[in-house]
This record gives sequence, C-alpha cells and structure tokens, in this order.
Amino acid sequence: MYYNYAPNIITQRILQLSGKNLLTRNNFVLNNISKKVQLILPRTFATSIESNTEIPAKKHAPTKEVNFTLTQDDIKFFTSILPANGLIIDNEDDLMPYNIDWMRKYRGKSRLVVKPKDTQQVSQILKYCNDNKLAVVPQGGNTGLVGGGVPVFDEIIINTNNLNQIRSFDPISGVLTCDAGCILEVLDRYLAERCYMMPLDLGAKGSCHIGGNVATNAGGLRLLRYGSLHGSILGLEAILPDGTILDNLSTLRKDNTGTLGIITGVSISTPRRPRAVNVAVLGINSFQNVQKAFMTSKDELSEILSAFEFWDMNALNLLKTHNIQGTKFPLEDHYPFYVLVEISGSNKSHDDEKLHNFLENLLTNEIVTNGVVAQDDTQIARFWSLREGIPEACSKAGAVYKYDISVPVPVLYQMVKDVRIRLQSAGVLGEDKLVSDVIGYGHIGDGNLHLNIVANTYDPKVTNLIEPYVYEWTEQHNGSISAEHGLGFMKAEYLGYTKSPSMISLMKQIKQSIDPNGIMNPYKFLPTR
Amino acid sequence: MANLKILVGCKRVIDYAVKVRVNSTKLAVETAGVKHSLNPFDEIAVEEAIRLREKLGNNVVKEIVALSCGPPKSQEQLRTALAMGVDRAIHVEVGKDDSEATRTLQPLAVAKLFKAIIEKEQANLIILGKQAIDDDASQTGQMLAGLLNWPQATFASKIEISGDKITTTREIDGGLETISSKLPAIVTSDLRLNEPRFVTLPNIMKAKKKPLEKFTPDQLKVDVAPRLENISVTDPPVRKGGTKVDSVDDLISKLKSAGALE
Repeated sequence: MYYNYAPNIITQRILQLSGKNLLTRNNFVLNNISKKVQLILPRTFATSIESNTEIPAKKHAPTKEVNFTLTQDDIKFFTSILPANGLIIDNEDDLMPYNIDWMRKYRGKSRLVVKPKDTQQVSQILKYCNDNKLAVVPQGGNTGLVGGGVPVFDEIIINTNNLNQIRSFDPISGVLTCDAGCILEVLDRYLAERCYMMPLDLGAKGSCHIGGNVATNAGGLRLLRYGSLHGSILGLEAILPDGTILDNLSTLRKDNTGTLGIITGVSISTPRRPRAVNVAVLGINSFQNVQKAFMTSKDELSEILSAFEFWDMNALNLLKTHNIQGTKFPLEDHYPFYVLVEISGSNKSHDDEKLHNFLENLLTNEIVTNGVVAQDDTQIARFWSLREGIPEACSKAGAVYKYDISVPVPVLYQMVKDVRIRLQSAGVLGEDKLVSDVIGYGHIGDGNLHLNIVANTYDPKVTNLIEPYVYEWTEQHNGSISAEHGLGFMKAEYLGYTKSPSMISLMKQIKQSIDPNGIMNPYKFLPTR
Repeated sequence: MANLKILVGCKRVIDYAVKVRVNSTKLAVETAGVKHSLNPFDEIAVEEAIRLREKLGNNVVKEIVALSCGPPKSQEQLRTALAMGVDRAIHVEVGKDDSEATRTLQPLAVAKLFKAIIEKEQANLIILGKQAIDDDASQTGQMLAGLLNWPQATFASKIEISGDKITTTREIDGGLETISSKLPAIVTSDLRLNEPRFVTLPNIMKAKKKPLEKFTPDQLKVDVAPRLENISVTDPPVRKGGTKVDSVDDLISKLKSAGALE
C-alpha cells in the first residue's frame, strides 16, 4: 500500500501547485486582481449530435494531424499488449458510446478505444502515444457534463472500465485502495457490507468511476458532511504522459480532465457508515427562509447534518411532467422551494429527538410551511430520488444547458431569476418557445447552484444569450464558474473569469513541463489563448 | 349506518430495505442496531382505516385505534400510525428488546392479545396486514377470526362498507373474488389496497399529543409463552455464478450437457 510512504517532494510540489489552481467548490475567488484580460473565443464546437464536432480551430491542432489514420504499426502495438476485448477499432457502432457524452452534446470521431486492465498497460499505452505523438483522452464512466471525457476530434480514448479491481480494504482504519475504474456505487456497496461508506455520493454514482471523481474533485451530496473529496484521498497512483508511474502521491490533482496524466489507483479514507439516517423534505415559501432553515439546521443539527439540498418549484413541475416511475410526491401542495434535509448518526433516538425539535422550531417560527418525514428506508430512497431525478427529468425534456456555479448563498437564487428575466425579455422563454424552462437546484450547504436551462434543442441564439452572461454574472458576484462539474471542453475558454492571468500562465507552465507534447486530453481545461 | 370503531395492527419489523443477517445463535436474525419500521402491510391497514373515515365521515367512523405488541421501541411505530391520522394508540409490551420480542411472540399469542384489547375496546372492524415481512407467517388475522368467531376477509385489495355490511375484493389466483359479510369483521390488507400517505410535519406535532396507553400481557391475562420451538435459521444457498460462452455451438453443447436440451 502506497499511502503511507513519504511522497516524492518535488513532484508533490509541482502537482500541489496545479491542484491549488483549480476551481473548487466553495473556493470563491476573492482575490482576483485582474479579471478582464481574457478574450473570449466564440463557441465553435459541436452543439448537437447532428451538427457534429466541427474543427474548433485548426490553429491549435493536436500534435498529430487532424483526421490522422492509425497506422498498421499503431494497431499492431495496441493489439500486442491488449486482449481482443480490451480494444475497439474502427467499428462505428461500437465506438459511438465512447465518442459521445451522455447528454449527447459533445461528439468526437475517435477510431480507437483502448481499455487497459492494469497500471502497466496504461503506462505502456501512454508511453507509446507520447513517443508517437498520438493525442489521448482519458475516459471513466463518461458521466461528465462539460465534455472533458470525450474526444474533440479523433484522440485515442483510454477507457478505465477494465481497471476495476478493489486492491485492499482495512476494516480498522477504513482505508480503501482500488483501481481508478471502480464504479462509485460498487465501492459503496462493497463498503456497506463492511459498515463503511464512500465519503461522496452523487447522482451519477451508478456509472461514474472513482478515478474521474478524484480527477475532478467531485463534490456531490455529501460534501457538506465529509468535505472536499481531496481531503479523503490518502494516495494516488498515476501515469504521466511519458509512461512514468507515480505511486505515492497524496496531493496530485489531475485537474478536471486528465490533462496532466491518468489516475490508475486511489487510496481513500472512508468514514464509518452511519447506523441511523433520517430524511425530511420541506416546503418553503421564500429563498430567504431556505437560508434561515439552513442556518437553523447548522445550529441545531450540527454534527449529524449530512445533506441540505434544495430545488425550486419549476424543477418539481419538470419532475411531475416526466415522472418516469410514477412516483407519488411527498407534498401535495406546491411551494416555491423544496429542501431535503438528511441527518445521519449512530443513535436513532438521539437523532430523532434532535430532528423533531429542529422541525418543530422551523414550523412554529414559520420558516417552513409544510414538510414530510421519511418513516422507513424505502421512503428515504424515494425522497432522495426526487432530488436525484431532476437532472434526468431535465434531459427528458430535450436539450439542457447546464451551469454549475458557486456564489455566496444570499445571491444564489438571484442568478436563476436574472436568467429567466433575460430570456423572457429576449422572447425565447415560454411554452412553444426555444427555451421551455429555467430551473434551479443544488447544494445549499456549499453555495453550489445548478442552473439548468431546458430547451428543445441547442440553439446558437440561446447560447449567445446565456454565455458569457452567466459567467459575467458569476464573476460580478465573486463566484466560481465551475463549482463541481469542472471546465472540460465547455468552459475551457472561460477560465479567465475566475483565474488571474498569472495563475493561468503558471498552470500552462506546469502543463508544458509535464506534457511537453501536449498529447493529454487536448483542448480541455486550459484556454487556448 | 353502523357506528365503526376501527382497530389496526402495527407490528415493528426490520426495515424492508435492510439486508438481514442470521445471528450467531443460528436461531434468529440479527436485530441489534438494525433499522426497524412499521410493517408495510400494517401501514396499508392504517391508511385504509384513515381513508374509510375520510370517505364515511366522523359520524360513522367514531374512532381509529392502533395496537402494537412488542418491545418498548414499538412506540416509534405507533407514533408513525398516530402521525398518519390514527386517534389513539395501545402498546402491549412484550420483551425488553427486539430480539426478546421476536423470540417470544408467535401469531397465536398476538391473536390472543388482540382479542383481549378488542373486547376491552369494543372495536367492530379490525384491519391487519396480511402478513408481517419478518416472519411471513400470515396467521394472526385468521387466528383472531377463529378466536372471536367473527367473519374474516383476507388479502383485501378493496373494501366497501354500507350499513353493517362489509364488501371486500380479494386477489386470488387467476382473478378477483368479492365477498361480503356482516360487521364486526376482520380484514387483512394486501399490497394493492392503497398507497400509504407520507407523514407530514404538522401531523407529527399533533401526534405527540395523542394518547398512548400501555399494557402488559399479565394485565390482559394472556399467556404469551411460545408454543412452537425454532430449531434453526440459515442463510439461503449462495447462487452459483454463471459462465460466459464463446459461441452458439458452445452454448448448445453446454445446455445439452446440463440436460436442458435433447
């Protein structure tokens, strides 16, 4: 186990620098000295599956000529180190799921997917690609929202599906060591049998890989309780573009898109699974009161509070329209805001008492109007499915513009209102219009808003109305344009909204020193200019 | 229209979503530190009682009482029933914890305790879950009907009351059976009888003030000593993993060797 070795100081230092530069949730940019420097390039990439990925800008082409064909030698090499089921070559249908993201927003034209099953294979593949200047894109569960895990052109896809072994688990310390391609939910189930749990939980848990979670420092539903995922990572094993295996890193953060290397193994400190969990869904009349409820929960539930999520009435309406499972909704009347409070602890009667006092307080002080409390685990799962069903309901409605920003909580919901007004006055918002709805939901606990603009299709007119407006708005309110989704391809050109030129320049230097050939996930994360 | 006083059963059981484990004695499953909830079929029974009152009015359904036999913590499940809308709760305490209660209580004893309370309360419509999801015995309702010599309608998916007649639709193999009887009667609820409501905050607050009365089997003069002896509890056999085949021919030969194909 590599987590208890002293990390290589120099490597750690370099990577620490890169890690600290990255946009993390709750990392409000308060000391941005000069913000208005970055020029924004027009969004020229693919906006739908039909229009496909057109060359965004040939002037910063990948290291190999665009639309290169893999040589026989290349294919011979890959088939020599990988078994037949470890790679997909030139089969349009088989390649499709790897070339397109789950929102069907970004699509590349890769001809080759490789699925290494151990660290050595990843190292061999990367070394070969680096020597031959073949661009690659690391891909995990392909659940990303910003196009970071799919090729832009025909980069070789290095998929971590087969890196799926749990290496060890220590039931005393709770330290789990596993391959990067392990699915989050699989790990959580494995731990559940041993009375432990993963310190993070998110809607995509059934597909997303732990390697991707770590690379993007995924936030999710438990951040409030267990903190940023980085804090729980004890060690990483990662491969640099030249094939070097680094196996004792503790602070490496591959930024959000694997632009420095590929994570192959992770060592995580996992918390004990709480024995008692309670969930309530509350109906609240104003965002002001949502904040009051949150303050009260921190005060009265303190150490047992494990999640505080909110969504608005528009989100609920969308859920009702696309009610896939025919679920019964907990609150029959409509409220402008809904909050899901989860508490978890070790002693149910202690927790019950706290929760009931807290809820009674909220009700008597008229902070909440109504609410329901789950009586069993089935109801707990049902309440959570409401919150977790929102992104899915959005995607059922058509095209979704997803923004993920962190701003100070008091102005959090103002963003949703302002975007609504903007789209309304431009005449594109409403039934039978381009945009059917603008909804807001997210993690109140850490000032993270998910702004989803639900449209019939990705339309340039709508895009131009939203961007860069949303980013400018965020900048004005000292927020971060990417709270937890990362920058990927979607927001790479907008990094300047939250990072100063000197920061970006330093990040580019780090990228240059680790990946001089620029083969690692090109066009992502860092702005091209 | 007859006056109705409805009594519903509320058993505390291991939560439906919990994966149960056999304990070290191999005579029961582990209950300590395991989440318990109201038996889902009892929850349906509670919901049905409340819906009957909503439909027939307070003039007909005079009172709804929830009864639970079990350890002190059974009061949690009674609070759930009260918060759903039951007026009053009765707890017959058996066993100091879940483990002792499970060891002691068997359907016949529960039926006797119910009989004692029903006679005391003069209830005339009894709605119970068709079975509890822990022991799956599905006996209490039937035994209770026998002890009281009352008509019974088990596995109800629909209940209608007019005058002193109760008409019940039951799910049986191949279709539905509709039966009617006079009140008083015993009904056991099936899954599709209704979908229980969620418990709302204002109702939880109200439930705190509703009365909860406690008895012991001795006070009711019921002997709850178990009549059956539990010999062993074991895990179901572990499923053998499947194998992948490379071709259709391979599949056919495997099926033949397994005797599935001639």
